[in-house]
Amino acid sequence: MSPTYIARSSAIAARMLGGEMMIMSAVDSTFFTLNEVATAIWRAADGRTPLEEIVEREVCRDFEVEPEEARRDAEQFVSELSQHGILLVSDEPIPANQPGTAESQ
Amino acid sequence: MTNIQFMLQIEQSAGGPDVAVEIGGMPIRLRTDDAGFRALLEKRYAGFVRPAGDSFFALDVDVVHPERALSRAEELRVWNDGGVWRLERGDFRAEWDPRVGRGKILQSLSPYAIDSVLRIVHTLIQAKEGGFLLHGASAIRNGRAFVFSGVSGAGKTTISRLAPADSVLLTDEISYIRREGDSYCACGTPFAGELARLGANEAAPIERLYFLAKGPKNNIDPIDTGDALRMLLRNILFFADDEDLVKMVFRSACEFLGRVPAFRLTFYPDERVWDLIQ
Repeated sequence: MSPTYIARSSAIAARMLGGEMMIMSAVDSTFFTLNEVATAIWRAADGRTPLEEIVEREVCRDFEVEPEEARRDAEQFVSELSQHGILLVSDEPIPANQPGTAESQ
Repeated sequence: MTNIQFMLQIEQSAGGPDVAVEIGGMPIRLRTDDAGFRALLEKRYAGFVRPAGDSFFALDVDVVHPERALSRAEELRVWNDGGVWRLERGDFRAEWDPRVGRGKILQSLSPYAIDSVLRIVHTLIQAKEGGFLLHGASAIRNGRAFVFSGVSGAGKTTISRLAPADSVLLTDEISYIRREGDSYCACGTPFAGELARLGANEAAPIERLYFLAKGPKNNIDPIDTGDALRMLLRNILFFADDEDLVKMVFRSACEFLGRVPAFRLTFYPDERVWDLIQ
């Protein structure tokens, strides 16, 4: 199975407020509040690190969760955010200067 | 043509002295040839109308007679067209160029059209300044402003109607929030709701934001920041799915909640609720 790469979209507004990550899609104004685990994944979404590695490094190591369960939850989370254009998903690394990524701005 | 001739021509084309409607300390000059429309402005925005003077912002208004549909859009449409905002609804077509602070409106002789355009233009002006317009009542008491936000039916009109004599009602429907350095102030607006009463053209620093709910007794409860942001964003006037605008409004809402404490105010609809709001 090929690895999944994720990158933060530029079409969002995000802010830590009261210890929570708040994200709003600038495309459809959908609003999300991320919990601690989701925030860790969100922050690690650099387009270069495979999702599996992010889960292992940011989730399994710091939170008490089984790897398989963590992977499944992460995939669901990524799928949902990508549907709203908040995360970009690819089976190849996503260049930082690719239009649409937060890093490209 | 000399400057004097040019000035005379401008004055003649305006058909009389221009007026400005000043809301939130932002006067917008409204230029119109139509004496009936000018009279409508002076009546509808009484307390907010002043001589145009040196107003930076200006709107040219053309009124069509007799009344007819000016757009096929029944619902309000607002979009950014290369930097110029275009606004359309059945009773008006308008544009606003924020780079020069100028715009124009083609509308029927209806107060609702100019009301909508003013709300949108102020929203666009404030978005850049860190402020916003909010579905909410607001009032000044003891020199401090309290904002009561909520969707239709949450109690904005009720709490406004119950406001005691020692308070100044700024609006029962649309609150005008201005950023001033590290703090925020609420300004009166002429945008009235069910109370059908213009707000006072005054302003004061905001002490608290309350999200309203009706209940069997009066209670003030803390509110989770995420919930507060969600509710605030739901109630901020917002007209376009424009990426830059969404980002500005989101940033303004976050910064507002970082500086103004927000609570949930559950109230039984009688005047005792104001004992809690001092």
